[in-house]
Amino acid sequence: VLVSIICSPPQNYPLYIRSIPTENELKFHYTVHTSLDVVDEKISAMGKALVDQRELYLGLLYPTEDYKVYGYVTNSKVKFVMVVDSSNTALRDNEIRSMFRKLHNSYTDIMCNPFYNPGDRIHSRAFDNMVNSMMMQVC
Amino acid sequence: MEQGPAGGSAAAAAAAGTGGLLLPLSESEQQRYSELFSRCCPPPEAAAGGSSVGELFRASQLPPDTLHQITEVCGAKRVGYFGPAQFYIALKLIAAAQSGFPVRIESIKNELPLPRFMALKNDSEVRYGTSAELHGVKFQVPHATLEKNSYKRTDEGDKQEPKSPPMSPICSPPASPSTYQRIPLNYGYGKSRSELDQQQGAPYEVRHSTHQQDGPSSGYYGAKPALASSTLSRSLSVEREQQDSSTHYSDDPWRITDEQRDYYINQFRSLQPDLNSFISGSVAKNFFTKSRLPIPELSHIWELSDVDCDGALTLPEFCAAFHLVVARKNGYQLPETLPETLLPEYLQAASLKPMHDCALFDSYSESLPGSQQTQDFSRTEKSSTEEIPDNSALLQDAKKDNKQVLKVSTALKMIPKEFQHLTVKTAAQESNALKARPRSRSYSSTSIEDAMKKGEEPPTPPPRPQKSHSRASSLDLNKIFQQNTQAVRSGWLPPPPPALPPRPSVSQTEQVSEVELHPQMSRPPSQAEENSSAKKEVILAQPPSKPARRKLRTETQGLETPELSPTISVTSSLPAVKPHLPVQKQSSKQKRAIQTAIRKNKEANAVLARLNSELQQQLKEVHKERIALETQLEQLRPVTVL
Repeated sequence: VLVSIICSPPQNYPLYIRSIPTENELKFHYTVHTSLDVVDEKISAMGKALVDQRELYLGLLYPTEDYKVYGYVTNSKVKFVMVVDSSNTALRDNEIRSMFRKLHNSYTDIMCNPFYNPGDRIHSRAFDNMVNSMMMQVC
Repeated sequence: MEQGPAGGSAAAAAAAGTGGLLLPLSESEQQRYSELFSRCCPPPEAAAGGSSVGELFRASQLPPDTLHQITEVCGAKRVGYFGPAQFYIALKLIAAAQSGFPVRIESIKNELPLPRFMALKNDSEVRYGTSAELHGVKFQVPHATLEKNSYKRTDEGDKQEPKSPPMSPICSPPASPSTYQRIPLNYGYGKSRSELDQQQGAPYEVRHSTHQQDGPSSGYYGAKPALASSTLSRSLSVEREQQDSSTHYSDDPWRITDEQRDYYINQFRSLQPDLNSFISGSVAKNFFTKSRLPIPELSHIWELSDVDCDGALTLPEFCAAFHLVVARKNGYQLPETLPETLLPEYLQAASLKPMHDCALFDSYSESLPGSQQTQDFSRTEKSSTEEIPDNSALLQDAKKDNKQVLKVSTALKMIPKEFQHLTVKTAAQESNALKARPRSRSYSSTSIEDAMKKGEEPPTPPPRPQKSHSRASSLDLNKIFQQNTQAVRSGWLPPPPPALPPRPSVSQTEQVSEVELHPQMSRPPSQAEENSSAKKEVILAQPPSKPARRKLRTETQGLETPELSPTISVTSSLPAVKPHLPVQKQSSKQKRAIQTAIRKNKEANAVLARLNSELQQQLKEVHKERIALETQLEQLRPVTVL
């Protein structure tokens, strides 16, 4: 199970949500929303020490459903959240990092498109393809 | 058989169609005509498909002028479709023309041999071919009927602003096939394209149609009306030429013809005189928005064509994008990935042939491997920088982002258009001499994000720097307000930023940024003696104004580099480097002054913090006393009441 979400500041509404498998999306939406609070907390705690590129959440493990939520924040407070099944122990930290990096790169490619208005939902086919391939790799 | 009665009724219809002119058809003629008609017109439709008719006509090997005449005379133009009557008359006329008679109604009264059609395939192929063609090439006769319309409209369009194009000629091709042939615009074009491989007629129609669209599209891009008034015959003759000269081209609609290429290049020139340089994203956006394609499609086209994802279009990228727009306008579905023939490398290689300009060749070949190399380099570099937990480089990236994005946005208003692209790219080149374009891509992309973010907290505008300002001077709010009103044109609200660093601070990276930051911090100490509250305000204003520094940088760089580097070449970093050296000495002095200012500031901060904590303590004590008194009062009160 893998879900990836991109949320933009300041209201943190999601720009892009993709999950595999596609059922139970609503549950993941909820999870992501709660994790966003944690992300914000971590950002503000950083304060002067400027934004670290990556943040890992291993702390968000619910007793009932075990899945891990990873977060990533860009310099402009765009948040990427990934929810991974805990049973998927094959996923290592480095892989998560590389996935986030890929997401970030694709996101910047989208930003380069002058027809994209920041804050719009992301409909780019190239982006979809990238995310799909990435998630397929994991699952 | 159905051909007999069909022939009979058709003959009668032919008679009716010619307005009472009886068209004597011999037995063999009737048979042949009805067979041809059924071929071109799959039942149960009553009208023949324009494209198949066109193909048939061309197979008759008559010159296009004649064919044009024939379509006119037979009345197809008038009625707008090839009914059986028109078809039969047309066939007769073809026979007449082939026999050497002039194309006129009178000539078909004579006894004529059957019209000869060369290279007519057998039924199965033809049917297969027609169905395939109908997908791809519906614009043949729609163009014929729309000629007049397009004339009128492009005339009107020329009178109007070039920006408001006459769109109906463009829009109608997809519409007319539905009324005309009743075959929907089929997205299975991909399949039929391969089928078209086998047909020679198709590619030229394709190209003809795109060429035809170039005509009206040029009208709507406000360019040459002459192109728009191309006639069907002219385009047919053009097709013929293309047919002769470029037989090795497949039917690929994604292949750019020489004409189209020249047209695209001219359009590029109108936006950006230097063919080696880029068109920035916003300029390209305005340009392509004029084509009135929906924004998601334009977005997709951009994604496809901007291969290096830098937010700007080079000449081959621009040609690819334009070609995709044209294709989309013609009704072709956009591909998921960029077709091979539209890749920049391919286009650059192809562009070398028609251009006999050696200099251009050199620059292309240079930039091409250069960009590729640097692209690879930057990818690895980028990944390595990301892995290193050193954020300073990234910080500077973010700073430069701001420069570039704000350059694009503000420069649009302040700097003439020709400059923009140059200044964007020369600034990029200058600051990233070793780094590659994708690196600058990352700048520009995150800078947009930054700009977005800055849009939320009230950002300070990029005030124009003034040489007269020295940093040690005290803060002059009035001056700043004046400067701000200038900059407010860009539409951003200022909390008044501190005074500006002196102008010639074009030196790169950290030094400069520090220099920038420090003057801000020196402001508060000067104010501290006067007014502590004002100082706090200024301190608060510091974080938002930090980006202002960099915006400022952008402008200074931008303004200076065109002045300094007269040659608009990619490697403009050299001349720009020279003014950095004298500046550095100045900046080191400034640095020292700034550092002392920082120390003072810190001391002041410490004092205030101590004061604050003391006051807090006092406040707590006072609270305690108050509580104690209140409890005492409570205790005493019941006694007094009693």
